[in-house]
Amino acid sequence: MYYIDPHIHMVSRVTDDYERMARMGCVAMSEPAFWAGFDRGSVDGFRDYFRQLTEVEPKRAAAVGIQHFTWLCINAKEAENVELSREVIAMIPEFLDSPNVLGIGEIGLNKNTKNEAQIFWEHMELALKTEELILIHTPHLQDKYKGTRMIVDMLLDDPRIKPERTLIDHVEEHTVKLAKEHGFWCAMTLYPITKCTPSRAADIIEMYGDDRIMVNSAGDWGPSEPLAVPDFVQEMRRRGHSEKKISKIVYENPLEFFSQCKRFEFKAPE
Amino acid sequence: MSEPLTADQIFDRVFLETRAKLLAVAATLDRLDRAEGTDRVRNDFRMEQLRKSIDIIQNSSNDRAEQLQIVFSDPYDEQWKRPGLRT
Ligand SMILES: [Zn+2]
Repeated sequence: MYYIDPHIHMVSRVTDDYERMARMGCVAMSEPAFWAGFDRGSVDGFRDYFRQLTEVEPKRAAAVGIQHFTWLCINAKEAENVELSREVIAMIPEFLDSPNVLGIGEIGLNKNTKNEAQIFWEHMELALKTEELILIHTPHLQDKYKGTRMIVDMLLDDPRIKPERTLIDHVEEHTVKLAKEHGFWCAMTLYPITKCTPSRAADIIEMYGDDRIMVNSAGDWGPSEPLAVPDFVQEMRRRGHSEKKISKIVYENPLEFFSQCKRFEFKAPE
Repeated sequence: MSEPLTADQIFDRVFLETRAKLLAVAATLDRLDRAEGTDRVRNDFRMEQLRKSIDIIQNSSNDRAEQLQIVFSDPYDEQWKRPGLRT
């Protein structure tokens, strides 16, 4: 089965991972900008990172026949440096004509602080002004419920936000409803220990349906599994779900969401 | 069209795995009791979260996973101060 991993940080993965993903049927991926594991010191550090996301990774992916897309922002973990965050937000438009950019992301909250909320809100303004799609990171563990509620509050406060052009990521049992009941897209992240497992993701699909939802590995430099989406496919098959239903979640849904980006051009496999 | 699994089929598949997970929890709690300083852990708020979770697992609602998630979550305050225009 062909699949798309809509959230994976390939700058942190080796070429073997690209190779293994291609072998498992991955035909496209999208890579949100994120925290590098350390706070970057200057706007030029981000400029170089955005070049990596728009120039280097598409080539590495193409070498194994995968199409690479990306999202730009400064991560919530770095939002405490408000001045640098504003410089990065002002610089992002330099890259918005790159053909593989899908929008602004992954913006969001991490520890639910005042500065994080402010910088989230300023990213949201940029996305609205430039008519870009929005990909939203929700916090982990004990911060997730509160942070997701705060994010949904900010989105609903602004009547210009179109829920169908906005994706709330890393939803779990207690936050999936918040995204779905207001018409946002959402995604489940299959990540060892701190997030969802393939089996709980399949449970959530069984309870909430397969519309406007997708699954991703969020593979990065931490303990993660770049082949998590095929693990989910396997779990769904074992439970007797149809190939059509599985393909909707791991292939058609990401395409439907991404297709709203004016630059998005996808070459479907023959 | 493929058929969803029945409860018997699911139970046969998950029984051993679930048994193993419960054993791991029981053995972990025993290990904590054996160790020096177990009283401190007993009063740790996270232990209270685990106790609440074990209670929830035993109730018969159909949203136990969601209830557990809330046990481990910080409270949300509707009145939080929203960001506004830059001044
Ligand atoms: Zn991420």
